[in-house]
Amino acid sequence: MTTLKVLIVDDEPGIRSGISRILQNYTVDFPFAEEPFQYESIEAATGEEALQYIDNENIDIILLDNKLPGIQGVEVLQYINEKNIDTYVMMITSYASLDLAIKATKNGAYNFVPKPFTPNELKSAIEGITKYLYLRRMTNKLNEENRKTRFQFLSVLSHELKSPLNAIEGYLRIMQDRQVGNNLDDYENMILRSLERIRSMRTLISDLLDLTKIESGGKKRQINKVDLVHIAQLAIDNMLPLASQQNIKIYLDSSKTEIYLNADASEMEIVLNNLLSNAIKYNKPNGSVYCSIKDEPQQVVIEVKDTGIGMSAEDISKLFQEFVRIRNEKTKSITGTGLGLSIVKKLINEYYNGQIKVSSEVDKGSTFIIEIPKN
Amino acid sequence: MKNMNRKKVLIVDDDIDSLNQLSMYMQKMGFEVVSADSEKEGEQLINQHKPDLAIFDLMMDNKDSGFILSYKFKKKYPDVPVIIATAVSSETGILFELNSEEEKKWIKADLYLEKSIRYDQLKEHIQKLLNL
Repeated sequence: MTTLKVLIVDDEPGIRSGISRILQNYTVDFPFAEEPFQYESIEAATGEEALQYIDNENIDIILLDNKLPGIQGVEVLQYINEKNIDTYVMMITSYASLDLAIKATKNGAYNFVPKPFTPNELKSAIEGITKYLYLRRMTNKLNEENRKTRFQFLSVLSHELKSPLNAIEGYLRIMQDRQVGNNLDDYENMILRSLERIRSMRTLISDLLDLTKIESGGKKRQINKVDLVHIAQLAIDNMLPLASQQNIKIYLDSSKTEIYLNADASEMEIVLNNLLSNAIKYNKPNGSVYCSIKDEPQQVVIEVKDTGIGMSAEDISKLFQEFVRIRNEKTKSITGTGLGLSIVKKLINEYYNGQIKVSSEVDKGSTFIIEIPKN
Repeated sequence: MKNMNRKKVLIVDDDIDSLNQLSMYMQKMGFEVVSADSEKEGEQLINQHKPDLAIFDLMMDNKDSGFILSYKFKKKYPDVPVIIATAVSSETGILFELNSEEEKKWIKADLYLEKSIRYDQLKEHIQKLLNL
């Protein structure tokens, strides 16, 4: 139960206690809210008294009469507006004129309840303002979280972009200063490492471009009938050099010779390339990769299974986050950007309404299953 | 720099290249280098060695691995100076939230260094830090 503090501002004691009584046992429940709302009333007879409460208590809702002995309701409203206080105001007044309505709305009043009102009229007005308040606060919270996530993404990104530059710069300086003498051969390893860092930075940039294209929605998508078996075969051909380094065999199996889906071919290539390259990179020497594509009545299922090092349940839970790479003794020498799977997930979830599932066993291997509904 | 001989430095950095380069420089300065390439291994080394200086990378297994290590290190060896090396410049402010006094108190490094620092500058900082 969430308790909302309601400040009742009216110079008539009867109105104040009447409203308090109505709110006392009243609760509001929305299907989208986690828990129901109840109300705690605080009464104020003047605008001045109301300002005290507004400053010192976290008031959620204010029922505000305009005609008050000292400062007027509209002035209380102006105060709330100027100080940007997170509270929601409903005017209760028998003198509701168009003029006042405009002035109050301009200053952020949520709505009006004309006096006299029945308990049910008050209750439905309270329900309305509670819904508004809840949704506004949830929206603010989500925006704040998005900002934070974005911020974290950028700080990790700048780290990932700067690290290879620093490494390469460091090696170049060592060479410039002839730190290990004048024989170029003695710098061979530094040159190889620099080239390796450049190569991985290039991959990072291209992954990043994929990701921003998806996020901005700015990419021109070309939806056609594409043959997933064909795309998978091309992706496997691409991976053969990488696979042969570790003597890994890749098998393709499909329920039909051609399986069509309305999709963007380049997006499907990204998905298959990422899954297959992971299945190879995190495999063991002489291991296998099984790629299967199944045409089911409602959906197409792509499965990529490997006989590799596998993951723990804890690793799986972090797997799809941006820049997360599973780090342990076995993955130490494997290079990657930590963006591949978050790209795959974004594509499948957001563009195809599909799902990605993972199962894995340490030292046995991992299976990634993608289900894409046919429209 | 003969007077620096046999002084021991602990370096923890998960970027192999940066670890190699730093180790090379420190050896050149006359240090004996003990190094690790993960937070976990670094922690083990802290328990095994008492160095004269420690240099930790900031972002490793965790985004604040360097802070965690320096906290643990200072708890064990309060008098040994710690340098945190980072690839992200501190003045951009986008990496650490070193805003409050509370956080500054918790983060017990003696010095922050940019990873792109030059060898002679690094040497100067270290000499100052170790009163050499």
